[in-house]
Amino acid sequence: MAHDEVKHDYHLVNPSPWPLIGSMAMVVMALGGVTYMKGMFGMEAGTWWLLALGFAGIIYVMVGWWREVIKESRGGDHTPVVQIGLRYGMILFIASEVMFFVAWFWSFFEFTIFQGARVGDTFDASNPLYAEALQAVGGQWPPQGVEVFDPFHLPLMNTLILLLSGTTVTAAHHALQHDNRRTAISMLAITIILGVCFTGLQVLEYAHAGFSYDGTIYGSAFFMATGFHGAHVVIGTIFLTVCLVRMMQGGMSAKKHLGFEFAAWYWHFVDVVWLFLFAFVYVIPYLVMGH
Amino acid sequence: MAMDQVSTAHDDHAHDHKPGFFVRWFLSTNHKDIGTLYLVFALVAGIIGYTLSGIIRLELAQPGIGPLTGLMEFFGYSGDQAIEHAKHFYNVVITYHGLIMIFFMVMPALIGGFGNWFVPLMIGAPDMAFPRMNNISFWLTVAAFIMACTSMLIPGTGEFLGFGGGWVLYPPLSSATGHPGPSMDLLILSLHTAGIASILGAINFIVTILNMRAPGMTLHKMPLFAWSMLVTAVLLLLALPVLAGALTMLLTDRNFGSQFFDPSGGGDPIMFQHLFWFFGHPEVYIMILPAFGIISHIVSTFSKKPVFGYLGMAYAMVSIGAIGFIVWAHHMYTVGMPSDMKAYFVAATMVIAVPTGIKIFSWIATMWGGSIDFEVPMVWAIGFIFLFTVGGVTGVVLANAGIDHVLHDTYYVVAHFHYVLSLGAVFGLFAGWYYWFEKMFGVKYNKTIGYAHFWTMFVGSNLLFFPQHFLGLNGMPRRYIDYADGFSTWHFWSSMGYAVTLVATLIFFVGLIEAAVRRRKAVANPWGEGATTLEWTLPSPPPFHQFNELPEVKPETHH
Repeated sequence: MAHDEVKHDYHLVNPSPWPLIGSMAMVVMALGGVTYMKGMFGMEAGTWWLLALGFAGIIYVMVGWWREVIKESRGGDHTPVVQIGLRYGMILFIASEVMFFVAWFWSFFEFTIFQGARVGDTFDASNPLYAEALQAVGGQWPPQGVEVFDPFHLPLMNTLILLLSGTTVTAAHHALQHDNRRTAISMLAITIILGVCFTGLQVLEYAHAGFSYDGTIYGSAFFMATGFHGAHVVIGTIFLTVCLVRMMQGGMSAKKHLGFEFAAWYWHFVDVVWLFLFAFVYVIPYLVMGH
Repeated sequence: MAMDQVSTAHDDHAHDHKPGFFVRWFLSTNHKDIGTLYLVFALVAGIIGYTLSGIIRLELAQPGIGPLTGLMEFFGYSGDQAIEHAKHFYNVVITYHGLIMIFFMVMPALIGGFGNWFVPLMIGAPDMAFPRMNNISFWLTVAAFIMACTSMLIPGTGEFLGFGGGWVLYPPLSSATGHPGPSMDLLILSLHTAGIASILGAINFIVTILNMRAPGMTLHKMPLFAWSMLVTAVLLLLALPVLAGALTMLLTDRNFGSQFFDPSGGGDPIMFQHLFWFFGHPEVYIMILPAFGIISHIVSTFSKKPVFGYLGMAYAMVSIGAIGFIVWAHHMYTVGMPSDMKAYFVAATMVIAVPTGIKIFSWIATMWGGSIDFEVPMVWAIGFIFLFTVGGVTGVVLANAGIDHVLHDTYYVVAHFHYVLSLGAVFGLFAGWYYWFEKMFGVKYNKTIGYAHFWTMFVGSNLLFFPQHFLGLNGMPRRYIDYADGFSTWHFWSSMGYAVTLVATLIFFVGLIEAAVRRRKAVANPWGEGATTLEWTLPSPPPFHQFNELPEVKPETHH
């Protein structure tokens, strides 16, 4: 590349095999996913190895790609202007994630808010489509027979855990900025432990659910919204763990630690989504039921 | 901007160290090469999508289920079985025609192709912000296309291959009731993949435009094509994740027992329509806004005047994008929504005609009093303005819920959106192609062939789509394989129109091949004083890495 002549601070990246390999892994994973769900290419439904192969390929690409990014960062490619670009990029990625959760909240709100409308005269209850739906939920929300969680039990505990983890990650950030690496590492480690605790309690809660994922709309909407949040908690925990390992290896300076900042932003995003889930999915339906 | 304001000393070809073939085209991190890859990909996908539309017009050229039954008999089916297979095949053809043209032809060409090529050049940037991520956007689009094409060939429902529920994927046609086979599952994953590709591309464009403009180029001096790509990218970023959510619900409904769209479990199929069109309406602006940007440059270049009302043009696009998010339910007036809701969506939809009108009239005002060169891109641009206006006006008609109750799902709707997309976005695409061809490939095309392409395409596509207004007004429903004899005249002429566009497409390829064979060397700026954006300050084709020394935009210079 014509690097010798360059008189600007932008990052001209060298050709890379990861996009091509990643896309091939994506095809394998999709074909594997359909094979797992429906059976294809003469394989029975439930055959999982093709899906696992594609997933492993994606993980391999992620690890390889981000290792390269870290190498480039250490090599000085992340000039101040490139850092601004990376920040914009992460903010926009989180914005798209927010819109992904809009879909799940949309479904939950639609079913919550319009149950009343469906039994009223706004929608035609004699329409067989709605009649069937009304029958399925017993004309009320949360639907008849659904035992919702007591939000002031495990969910409140989880809320406190996540909020606490938001403060510890910020404490880690402050410590890092003041080059107090010992505190930064321990605060980050506490954050990760809290994240794991959240996930563990969420699994425990799921195991005691008074409704199931399949069969009723409440279960579908509840488990998909909280489940995708849980998946994001796991991803955020992994993100923070990578940062912890890098920090313990001596990476992440007091001046420049974009990876850590992005992990912290992501963690706060996950936190905020949880607050909305707690308010609208846990507390309000519980109060509506007259507890 | 004058040439001497920009240093071209470092754009010397002697310093162009292009990598070898495999590394250059498969592992690329160069925005121009990736743009070219996108254009080639869109051409391939376009041929497939265009062939599918040929099958539709062949079948509809006369009443009865003729050609496709013949095709199925060729494949060994007979009697009623052949007719049933013909019907399903027809449904599959219309479905994939729509999906391929939208996701794998128009979007890759306008956003991936021209956007990648010209956003960095126009804003004076050496490349995109994230060159490697740029490449995975491209290859994921290819991956999605492979999945979509594969899904056409695997079981959709029973013994029938492919998904035939229309590009909007409404349940219950797309749920386990309608298409229980693996085809729909693979199609969902294909659209997920295409969505990831587009979101990553959108992030890349926004960051490039916000962070990499040349010194002195404020947002209010930025070329309108870059503005159009900025708005498009924001729409992609905010709309696609909602589609991803809806598709995920569909996937879990089909495979894991959730009940989002299944009334028997308390779900609601109409919620899918809401989620889909919350994405789908911004999506139509995603397809047309880049064309708006291209047309602005072409009209200004060949009228040798700065574009009329530059800021108004930029903010018209911003407001089209913003309002585009709050009008979605005008696609679903007939689902049984309350009158108040219809009234709101009618009013909101009508509002979009205002910024769109600003654009149309500003293009006309740009031409007004200009010394107009009717070069090939300019005739395409003028054709665009005429035909897009027709589509826009029928859009205002359809925005009225009362009228739409009659016209919903008729050929009037088909005519409307083909006027804004086939004759709008695609004319914008060809206008951009002839405007930037020499810049991209470094060779000149034969202008006579370019004009011939335009006129045959203009005549053919109008003959193809204009009669469909009459068909729709007379009650011809869309997506039907057969029709009453009374509709046959206009269907016949519509199919003849397709035949004319077939000639136009052949002329297009003749022009492409002629230019490739003759190799007449292009100059840096073939369009003269009217072409003022930064890409014309570079040689044709531009060096592998341009702007190693960033161009300086002086305060008094303009877009």
